[in-house]
Amino acid sequence: MSEAFSKDNAIWEESVPGGGHCSFVMKRGTALRLTDVAGGANLCALFYNTDEKLERYNMPDTLKAQHTAHLTQGFVLYSDMGRVLASIVADSVGWHDTISGMSNAVSVERKYGKVDYQQARNAMHRNARDSMLIELGKWGMGKRDIVPNVNFFSKVAADEAGGLHFQPGHSQAGDFVELRFEMNVLVVLSASQHPLDPNPDYVPKPVLLQAWRCGAPDAHDLCRNFRPENVRGFHNTELLFR
Amino acid sequence: MAIVESKLKSEQACYEHVLPAGESWLHEVKRGQVFRILDLEGNQAVDTLFYNARDPQERYSAVDTIREQGNLYLAAGSRLLSSEGNVLMTIVADTCGRHDTLGGACAAESNSVRYAIDKKYMHSCRDSFLYALGHCGCGPENIPMDKRDLTANVNFFMNVPVTPAGELTFADGISAPGKYVEMRAEMDVMVLISNCPQLNNPCNAYNPTPVQLLIWDAAA
Repeated sequence: MSEAFSKDNAIWEESVPGGGHCSFVMKRGTALRLTDVAGGANLCALFYNTDEKLERYNMPDTLKAQHTAHLTQGFVLYSDMGRVLASIVADSVGWHDTISGMSNAVSVERKYGKVDYQQARNAMHRNARDSMLIELGKWGMGKRDIVPNVNFFSKVAADEAGGLHFQPGHSQAGDFVELRFEMNVLVVLSASQHPLDPNPDYVPKPVLLQAWRCGAPDAHDLCRNFRPENVRGFHNTELLFR
Repeated sequence: MAIVESKLKSEQACYEHVLPAGESWLHEVKRGQVFRILDLEGNQAVDTLFYNARDPQERYSAVDTIREQGNLYLAAGSRLLSSEGNVLMTIVADTCGRHDTLGGACAAESNSVRYAIDKKYMHSCRDSFLYALGHCGCGPENIPMDKRDLTANVNFFMNVPVTPAGELTFADGISAPGKYVEMRAEMDVMVLISNCPQLNNPCNAYNPTPVQLLIWDAAA
């Protein structure tokens, strides 16, 4: 059974300021808690198999394998190779978006105006797509590696006619979601406002990252048994580590 | 679910091709040309990707397309946006009513997860996409393309309803023999199609069938 977060198994923690971006590797058997410190955060995220970066998070495969259009506890993040990159082992939020993409230079300037470094120093306006490109560049990757992302802490639901609805105030201060990594995963993050967030002010919120050693999941694991598809997804994943 | 019929006559098309199920097709549609996909026998999913023909790093973005139109489903009037926020194609006619862009393409590996481990050896859209890319030199410099260039695609004629509670299902198709979707290229666009061979769910009514592809010049 994989272990919950405690002071004894913690590896590191870091606070990503609002608008900040970062990338790092999480090894199989480690976990990451993402905490919305102030309320109203959005964390744009992409995931890659760090040993073979052509293998990456696949939104359609994640959704159709688990018959869902949103993410919460129990669901896993599938790669395009039928393997599980990470499992959502705990979640106080209840809905994370993966269908609405990320902000870009045009959308941020249109919504909040252009505020550059010369004017505002590190309070400059950043956008998610350029932040992801900067982080991907650190690993020799680029535009071709950008695929539909996860927006942790954000809810976008569709009505019967397919109309999209962003829910303001969805995530509260202290809300968190925990990811257990089932492979060695390159994690790329941007703490940027959701592109459908109607707030007219540029106020991206910070996110606290806390990593720990949790161990691999056993046969009774919640995410493994959440759906029959996931049993096969974990089987495919574990073949990599035999 | 606006139904918009086309005024174009098939005998005036400058290009016509019947694509059997399980085959791929990679073809440039020039700016201003109109491209039609005709569901000959009904309920046939047509997995489709679009690239800027001059720079294939700019490609169709499903999430930007649905976010900017505020709706999950593609229909007449939908503008298919690129990863750079430009319009690749505008859907100008559609007699089906709606098309999916969340369901992605079937692949050997995802079939093993979704249905059974041994389904890995069945033919899939991603194999068709990779076959086409493996045999092409793409773009002005004959740039090789590969799996890095495959992203979330459009599934024309496929019905993947999402509920307000956030569930997703593969439902019986709403297409029928003779239904079509037509789009105008807003830049020179490379179109990559896999005529879906999936036999494990109702997306092709368990009977994958051919589709007809037609192109008209801008003046037509």
